Formats: sequence, structure tokens, C-alpha cells
Amino acid sequence: MSTVLQNVLNGLSIGSVYALFALGYTLIFSILRIINFAHGAVFTAGAYFTYALMGKRMGGGNYVFSNKALPFGLPFWLAMIIGALLAGLLNIAIERFAFRPLRKRGSDTLLTLVSSLGISIMISNLIQNLVGADPLESQDPIGWVRRSPSVTVFGATVQSVRILIFLVAVAVMVGLWYLLNRTMTGKALKAVSEDATTSNLLGISTDRLIMFTFGLCGFVAAIAGSMFSANFGVSGPYMGSQLGLIGLSVIILGGLGDVPGAVLGGFVVGLAEAFVGAYRVPVLSWIWPQSSKYVISFLLLFVVLMFRPQGLLGRARIQKV
Amino acid sequence: MTNTSSAPTAPAPSGPVPVAVSRRWSRLALGLVLLTATLGLLGVSLQPSVRVNLVLAALMAMSVYLPLRAGQLSLASPGFYAIGGYVAAVMSTRYVVLDGDTGYWKLRALGRTWVSTSELYDLKFVLLEMAIAGVLAVVFGVIVGWLALRLQGIYLALATIAFVECLRYATLDHEIFGTATGIINIPQPFDTQIEYLWIAVPLMVLAALFLYRLERSRVGRALLAIQEDELAASATGIRPTNYKVLAFTMGAVLAAITGVVASHFLNTWNARQGTFDSATVMLACVVIGGSRTFIGPVVGGFLLTAIPELLRGLSDAVKGTPALSSAIKDGRPFVYGLLMVIVCIYFPRGLVSPKLLERFVPRRLRVVHTAATGAGGPAAPATFEDATQ
Repeated sequence: MSTVLQNVLNGLSIGSVYALFALGYTLIFSILRIINFAHGAVFTAGAYFTYALMGKRMGGGNYVFSNKALPFGLPFWLAMIIGALLAGLLNIAIERFAFRPLRKRGSDTLLTLVSSLGISIMISNLIQNLVGADPLESQDPIGWVRRSPSVTVFGATVQSVRILIFLVAVAVMVGLWYLLNRTMTGKALKAVSEDATTSNLLGISTDRLIMFTFGLCGFVAAIAGSMFSANFGVSGPYMGSQLGLIGLSVIILGGLGDVPGAVLGGFVVGLAEAFVGAYRVPVLSWIWPQSSKYVISFLLLFVVLMFRPQGLLGRARIQKV
Repeated sequence: MTNTSSAPTAPAPSGPVPVAVSRRWSRLALGLVLLTATLGLLGVSLQPSVRVNLVLAALMAMSVYLPLRAGQLSLASPGFYAIGGYVAAVMSTRYVVLDGDTGYWKLRALGRTWVSTSELYDLKFVLLEMAIAGVLAVVFGVIVGWLALRLQGIYLALATIAFVECLRYATLDHEIFGTATGIINIPQPFDTQIEYLWIAVPLMVLAALFLYRLERSRVGRALLAIQEDELAASATGIRPTNYKVLAFTMGAVLAAITGVVASHFLNTWNARQGTFDSATVMLACVVIGGSRTFIGPVVGGFLLTAIPELLRGLSDAVKGTPALSSAIKDGRPFVYGLLMVIVCIYFPRGLVSPKLLERFVPRRLRVVHTAATGAGGPAAPATFEDATQ
């Protein structure tokens, strides 16, 4: 019983990071109808920003910032929030540089997709050339977590950092929920995702709203990045790309552009990974003896696309002629 | 992929690009295409292995282009490339054995023993591997295609990404595929790397000829009709699913055969070949080259493979200033990504655009679909949409 609970708690913890990450994906999809493949790179950049702002030393090697550290060190919370703001600015810059020119011309979504892939390659390579590819230790940044590395909940032992991650993620999600459902900005966002042209005619500045959304998504992605590395460390310039692929499964599970769906999808994928990692599932473990855990999110993606392409929560759309 | 800037369905507020501007761009594009062609043909300053890589990249770009021809954005090509590579690697290291006494390669199959004609790995074995890889690609292609091609647009792309990832992890987990290390010491059919052009170039020419003929056949027109408007195409009696699976499977076979060549050429094969990253590069080749005719992916494949090598050359040239030299060398992916963004913004139809073709390709050789772009193409109705207007 306690192992089941343990897996549930671990699954919820990693699932909350997935959900945070996927929220940015799905928000941008809901207003622009594109998948922003640069999202994973912004996630990575956010993790590095936080790491640097905490005044920690960069990895070795022959790079621009190798073995260098900022002259000051901020506490984790402050570093995370300032880092997330920086990542938000980075995302706004990406929008101006790589998305807006294409949008103004009404380009094909395929081009936007390739453009965002280009940005993602650029950012990852830039990080690699500035600080190198070494994994950096930034686990357990908070005093409370360091003092009591694990806690016991109803007989299940969990790393306390995972509980922290879960709590932070839920707090961010509640904030987002408030923003999207209880403010004028949220209302405007919904209007634009429903029909951009009409809402523009009604006096909503689409450009400013899109800029705001990119900033917001960058902010949330960076918090996800900092939280992820609070558990696993900053694992290199490409840490976002694998998560980027898992994030795709998450948003498909939730239904593309569906915000509550992305949260649900994140938790479903997180729980599925935890359980498949802990138990041997018959057919899965024959084909993937070691890596069923990594494959499960893609299998879920495939199955959901086959049977419920509108997502777990979505309603089927009627194709108009 | 439907036509972009001047199509009535595009939500463009700014209208079509002014003629003078687009003419200037098309001239620049022509320059780049010519540059690419020169690079590809002469291979100036390129190492032998790079020249083979150019051709392999063009082949892979064509395999991505095939489903795109039917309007299907599929990123499954690296998966089939990996299948081809593993077929070659497993067969040539496990089933074809080196006879210790004679030094010749032997394969025992169907109650006969096949022996190579020299001490090199025989080309007939490579052809056999290609055949097996092709058959496997058809089997996988039809299954995955039937499952995935009911999905449209970005959904299909995501499903194919999932397919590639599942395949990659499966090869990582099994001893027969060499797990994480992969399979090493794959036997060589040639003495030197440059000789691989003897397989790669004919393969590319065959693929290009095939695509050239396809674009002008009934099947090609059906694919085009599906690309322009699937619903309208199905109303004229075309079965979209069948044609989409066909295009998908053709791309899969091409990718698998390319994988066989690449496997021998690289001498080693592991799960790092054929990943999501390589899918993005292949897609970039098609988009940058242009997805209107088969020339586009070939140009794109050449260009994107040559550029990192040219940058490497440039970095060697400025060895005097180490900082600049290493910046150029390490920043190659950065330049690559920047190029992807810039081409998307300034050459939305790729370097080999319909405009470029219109000017320099004789009318009878052109594919008939420039009419839909309103660029003053031939009079023949290009699509169902045009035919009914």
C-alpha cells in the first residue's frame, strides 16, 4: 500500500512539472495555433538563469563563462523569480524576432514550426558555447529540504523536494487559473483564441496580447525549469529537448489548446511514468525491457490520437466545409 | 502545406508582397541555388566524406518531401532511416560472415551459399539489405500510415514523433541492436569513403527521376489535389487515405534504403542515428530548399550539409585569432538555426520557389501548380479548386 502511495506522490510531483511546462505550450497553441518548439529551450534557459543568479559556479572547460560565478548570490526564491522574468523577456524577444514577421504575412504554420525549431537550436547552442555542456549540481536549494531530505506520509517515504515542487507548481497553476478566468486579460486571451480577427475589431490589441502571452509562457516555463533542476540538477543545454517531447504528449492528452486539459495531461503522464517505472507491465516490458518508463508517454500520445484526438477533456470538433 | 502569401484563405492582413521586392528576393535565391549547385557538383574544399553526406542529406530530404507532397507533415523519416541502418548493421555483422580461410564474405540463405567476388563486402549483399529494409519499411509504413494518417496537420507530425521515439528506445533496450553502444565495425563494400558515391549518386538520381515522373502522373496530381484541399479531392473520387498512405510509404522506403547506405558508410550504427533532432534537420532541408518540386529538397539537403563544413573551413582559415576561430567552429549549429529562421521569414516558399522555376524552367518541364499561386503560371487548371472556379 505504501509503495502505491509512494508512486502516486512521485508521479504527482513530476507530473506537476510536466503540467507547468505544457501550460506554456498549450497557451501559445490556443492563441496562435502553432506548436512552439522553442519552449524547451526557454525552459533550459530559465534553469540556467536561476542557477547563475544564485551565485553558483559554472562548469569547467574552455567556454566564455567557464568556472565563473556572479559576484553576488540571491536566495533560491528570488533567483527563481528574477530568472523567470528574464526568461519571459527572452520569450518576448523570440516572438518579435521569429514569430511576428511570419504572423504578419499570414505564413503557413509549417514555416512557424521550422522557425521555432531554428530558435531552439540557436538557444541550446548559445548556452553550450557560453557555459559548456557539463551537468551542474543545483539540487535541494532550500534550507528546509536540505535539513530533512525525505518525509514520510502515511507510511510512504518521499523526497521532500518533490513535495516542494508539487506545492510550487500548484501555486503557479492557481495563479494562472485566476489570471485566465478572473481578469480582463484572461478574457481577452479567450476571445483571441476563439477568433483573432473579430477580437481585434472589438478593440483587443492582438499583438500586445500575444507578446504578453509569450512573456507569461516564458515565465512559467522557467519556473518549471528551476523546479525540475531543484530535483535533478541542471543537466545540460539540451535538458529541455527531451522534456519538450514529453510535453507534446501532455498537451495532446489534454487536447491541444486546452488549459485545464494540459494540467490533467501532465498528471496522467507523470503518474503513468511512475507506475510503469515501478512495475513490469507485460507487453511493454517485452518490447522495452529497460525504458518502458520513457516510452509510456509516447504510447499514450499515440493511443489518445487514435481514439480521442480532441484530448481527454475535449469535445469533438465538427469539420466545416 | 497550402500556398501561403496570396491564398484567399490565408488570414494575411498585409496582402501580397510587392512585386519588386519578391523579384529581388528571387534573384538572391537564384544566387544561393547556383552556389549550392556549384558546391554540390564540384565539392570544392569539401572532404570526400562530406560529399557523400551531401547526397545522403538530399535523399533524406526527398523522403520527407514525399508525404509533404500530399500535404502530410510527417517526421517519421528518421525512424525508417534507423530501420534501414539496423537491417544493414545486423545483417552484415551477424549473418554475412567472413570466411577465415579465403578472406571472402559468405551468406548462407535459402539452402545456398552466396560468396563475395572479392575480399571487400559485396555490393550484392548491400542490395539484398536494401531489399529487406525496403520490405520492412513497407510493412511498418503501411501499419503506421493507416493508424496515423487519419490525423491531420500537426497531429500527424506529433504521432510520427512518437513513433520515432518508441522505435529509438526499443533499439536501445535490445542486445541484438547493440543497446546504447550500437553496432560497430560494419563491413565496407569499398576501399575508400568517396567511392560510396557509386551507390549514393545513382540512388539520388533514381529518386529524383522517380519524383519527377511522379509529379507528372495521375498519382502525383491526386497527391497535389489532396494537398490543396482534401475534402474537395475526395469529392472528385480520390481516396485521400489510400494516396496519403502511398506517399507516406514511398517516403519510408526511400528513408530505409538511405539508412542502409548510411550504415555502411558510417561504419557504425546506434540509436543516435535517426532521432527527433535529425527529423528537424531533414524538415529544415525541405522547407529551406522549397517544397514545390523535388529540386527543393535536393538543394536544401546540399546547402544545409555544406554550410557547417564551409564554416569549419572558415574557422581553419582564421586560425591566427583563436577566439574567432573557435567561435565560428563551435557556433555552427547557431548559424544553422539562424539560417532556418531567416529563410522562413524572407523566403517563405523556399529557395527554389515557384517564381524561380517559372523564370528558368521551360514551361513543359514545369509542374502545373503555379497557377494556384496567381503568379501567372500555365493556363491548365492546377487543382480541383481552380477547375471549379
